[in-house]
Amino acid sequence: MAIDESLYPIAVLIDELKNEDIQLRLNSIRKLSTIARALGEERTRKELIPFLNENNDDDDEVLLAMAEELGVFIPYVGGVDYAHVLLPPLETLCTVEETCVRDKAVESLCRIGAQMKESDLVEWFAPLVKRLAAGEWFTSRVSSCGLFHIAYPSVTDQLKAELRSIYGQLCQDDMPMVRRAAATNLGKFAATIEPTHLKTDIMSMFEDLTQDDQDSVRLLAVEGCAALGKLLESQDCIAHILPVIINFSQDKSWRVRYMVANQLYELCEAVGPEATRSELVPAYVRLLRDNEAEVRIAAAGKVTKFCQILSPELAIQHILPCVKELSSDSSQHVRSALASVIMGMAPLLGKDATIEQLLPIFLSLLKDEFPDVRLNIISKLDQVNQVIGIDLLSQSLLPAIVELAEDRHWRVRLAIIEYIPLLASQLGVGFFDDKLGSLCMQWLEDKVFSIRDAAANNLKRLAEEFGPEWAMEHIIPQVLEKINNPHYLYRMTILQAISLLAPVMGAEITCEKLLPVVITFSKDRVPNIKFNVAKVLQSIVPIVDQSVVDNTIRPCLVELTEDPDVDVRYFAGQALQAYDQVSMSS
Amino acid sequence: MGSSMRTMEWKFSQVFGERQPGEKVEEIDTISAVEFDSEGDYLATGDHGGRVVLFERTNGNYPCSRKELEHIDSPVTLLPLYRYKTEFQSHDIEFDYLKSLEIGEKINKLRWCTCLNNSLLILSMNDRTIKLWKVSDHKVKKAKEVNSNAHVYSENALLSERSFMSDHSKPSVPNGYPLEWDEWVTKKSRYISPTVEEGPHVMLDSGKCTSSRCRRVYSHAHDYNINSISINSDCETFLSADDLRINIWNLEVSNQCFNITDMKPLDMEDLVEVITSAEFHPVSCNLLAYSSSRGFIRLVDMRQSALCDQNARILQDREAHGSRSFFTEIAGSISDIKFAKDGRHILSRDYMNLKLWDLRMESSPVISFKIHEYLRPKLSELYNGDFIFDKFDCCISKDGCHFATGTYSNIFSVFCHDGGHIDGITLEASKNPNRISHNPDYHKHTGLFTSFACGFHRRGHENSSLNNINDVPCDLNSKLMHLAWHPTKNLIACAAKCSLYIYYA
Repeated sequence: MAIDESLYPIAVLIDELKNEDIQLRLNSIRKLSTIARALGEERTRKELIPFLNENNDDDDEVLLAMAEELGVFIPYVGGVDYAHVLLPPLETLCTVEETCVRDKAVESLCRIGAQMKESDLVEWFAPLVKRLAAGEWFTSRVSSCGLFHIAYPSVTDQLKAELRSIYGQLCQDDMPMVRRAAATNLGKFAATIEPTHLKTDIMSMFEDLTQDDQDSVRLLAVEGCAALGKLLESQDCIAHILPVIINFSQDKSWRVRYMVANQLYELCEAVGPEATRSELVPAYVRLLRDNEAEVRIAAAGKVTKFCQILSPELAIQHILPCVKELSSDSSQHVRSALASVIMGMAPLLGKDATIEQLLPIFLSLLKDEFPDVRLNIISKLDQVNQVIGIDLLSQSLLPAIVELAEDRHWRVRLAIIEYIPLLASQLGVGFFDDKLGSLCMQWLEDKVFSIRDAAANNLKRLAEEFGPEWAMEHIIPQVLEKINNPHYLYRMTILQAISLLAPVMGAEITCEKLLPVVITFSKDRVPNIKFNVAKVLQSIVPIVDQSVVDNTIRPCLVELTEDPDVDVRYFAGQALQAYDQVSMSS
Repeated sequence: MGSSMRTMEWKFSQVFGERQPGEKVEEIDTISAVEFDSEGDYLATGDHGGRVVLFERTNGNYPCSRKELEHIDSPVTLLPLYRYKTEFQSHDIEFDYLKSLEIGEKINKLRWCTCLNNSLLILSMNDRTIKLWKVSDHKVKKAKEVNSNAHVYSENALLSERSFMSDHSKPSVPNGYPLEWDEWVTKKSRYISPTVEEGPHVMLDSGKCTSSRCRRVYSHAHDYNINSISINSDCETFLSADDLRINIWNLEVSNQCFNITDMKPLDMEDLVEVITSAEFHPVSCNLLAYSSSRGFIRLVDMRQSALCDQNARILQDREAHGSRSFFTEIAGSISDIKFAKDGRHILSRDYMNLKLWDLRMESSPVISFKIHEYLRPKLSELYNGDFIFDKFDCCISKDGCHFATGTYSNIFSVFCHDGGHIDGITLEASKNPNRISHNPDYHKHTGLFTSFACGFHRRGHENSSLNNINDVPCDLNSKLMHLAWHPTKNLIACAAKCSLYIYYA
């Protein structure tokens, strides 16, 4: 039976579907398509899929993988004509208690439903949605909410009316989880519904949700506002959505106001410029001045996005005064959120307004006592640079940078180091040499390893930015000065810097300047340095000429292989072996 | 429910883990938490050994024999009866290496979560870690006998290797299969589909087996001992409170929580109070109450602000009774609070009293039941023996008119406050709860019956360090601290040492 032999690996996979070991089951599920291809379409339909349908009492991880695989399974069961056979196992997965499995099953069902024929949707998919929506356990009702938008467009008018009414019931379900799911999916469902029903059925569901007792449901209703608003005509949006969102913006619950602050800008387009000016701007200003810091954080974070929609005049007139207040807000998190976006306002307001109004705010944020605020400003410097020019910027900027570079929190120093190459490219070589060069060297001797490591990397990136010649003058000498540091950890940093710089600097400089230093290190008294020398030498080999390798590097490595320390011998041996392999193959 | 306490006769229903008098009780077996689920179909207990034991309701039974039933004219509802369902080891002893501190495995609180489907979810916690457990029933199928005739396999048998391995169509072993085959059939039995059962190679359903799995661990969020967990009415979030902080978690997210209250002063020298208990409002998702060691109950609206350190309404008994002393301050520390089902009232228990509060009246409780008044002269001795720090639970009936709390000598008291009518009764956790006394005028006779009760409980004093307060008229080592009221019925489950007693009325 020749066929059986070729199928042997498949048999193993199938066997592993039932293995005790979860990892094996997982592997097998991941190869479900291979199994199906081997079985052929008919047997997949009649045997594999029913088997999977029974196999739903498994670990969440396995179920999750199964839900995912089934989503792309249509080709293996014989194309869209047979897509419906995939529904039962996914329906079962829609009822399990682990949320991510259910979500994945819903996602897969949507994917399959989107490809199914209209007649099949009516025959198979819509009944499935109805079954889930009427499920005893709320898990199935939750899952059903995410499927209506697939079933709805293809079914008969009568069924459509039924689906709408079922969805209405889900919006009033006893379990808050179901109402949350209904609120989450309302926008998607609404997008498939005819305009006439949109204004009646959907809006009344929406109203129910906006008046829910549970804050968590109303939060999600807020999220639906923008999506619904986009579906409605501008005047309907003003009539139905706008009052709701204005109400929400004054909700008793700060979490609801927080959501409004996050979403408000999305609604501006839907309601048009007139209503934006008369209604949304005042609402937004109120949120910017909210009592609750969390709300101000959300509002401050959207300042730029909101201003993009407004005309510069409106922004300057209404928003800018609030921004000024926020820049000295009592909460550091509010200031930090503002700092992360405020630079984006510069291009919107133009040069004059920026210099006059924004620059003082930038400067006060740059002097903020809270490092995150300062970092957020510095990370977006390029946006301002274009508007106000480098001179003005550098005058006000430099003290702040220097201060941050010496901040006592190493994470702050680390963040600043990461911005140095960006700053360097923006500020240019001349400016960099004066002010920042010494800082870069200082970090190489930082007390914290991560900083030293980042400093070495930084040098490499600078060398790439400004070229080898500049590096030859401004980096290499300073680095090589430090090789005699009495502490081996600092010497190790130098070694690290050398290995990073070597590829950038090219063969000549490496041989002339860097290699001799490395060779000296091989005589170091600390074994850790010596085996790092071995590693560095290995990395230098491809850069330099063969002759250099033979005359300098190899002898050095050979010597290290006779070192008393076992680790040094090991790494030297490794380096030699790698080199020998390369030279053999070439 | 207007049924007055006079007609509320408490009767013994069930006991689990009963010990004979004199039988040694291991510390780890002592029950430390009792909790009904929202329907009352399940009952959970946690103990000092970190174990959680679940009981399930059998379909119920009549409270008394048919004959007796005929004499009762009021309609009788089914009395819930419970049976052991399963147990699991929820927590183990851990060691916090940073603080050189051993964290005990004792379960402090248990809370049932909303059922997702036919499995049960329960939150359990010790001093530092909260865990979410899932308990579910699996059908177990056992291979009864493997039929040697392979051809009767239904089409699903494709999924056995038979279809692929040629040696199965012509067995290499005469009259049977290779050895691995049998092994494999038993192994796979867990996964094979029920449709296969139609065939003659029956996979017998040998009944259910219950498995418990820890689904989530919410850890590293508390620097102090956790005293409470409470699930929000949105079924999505829960709170955990330790001595100084209250955190809010999402049930689905175990690696992040939000601090809403932080009472830790900058300098621990300035510490004046600690949080002793916290609970969400049963209906309003935004309200929570927490009690403090100073006898306050703070009511917080989470809508107002993200941090609820301020803006709390404080329920405080301003008519501080009698002389204030060092000991009355300690005894005033609230050990437990419970919202009534209507959400309008809160029941609180401190060392001396059980108090019922109306949320709309901040200055004093609606009513105060004295529990330990007879111990007032002994407070300093109780302090020396650390008994004054004992934390007694309290519980409240569905109708919000009846309350229960425990005390020493394995006794618990049930009170009724129904309009103007106030009533009380004291029961002993034993098979004969009423043998102590049945006194409607409870506090006058307290001294009498407790000293009477003392006679029954000699074992409590065996290794008592308290021999110097022999004249305390109760058995201080027989504490009845944990009890729970059935969510719908007049049924109380209470824990005395390692035994769980259930009473009904």
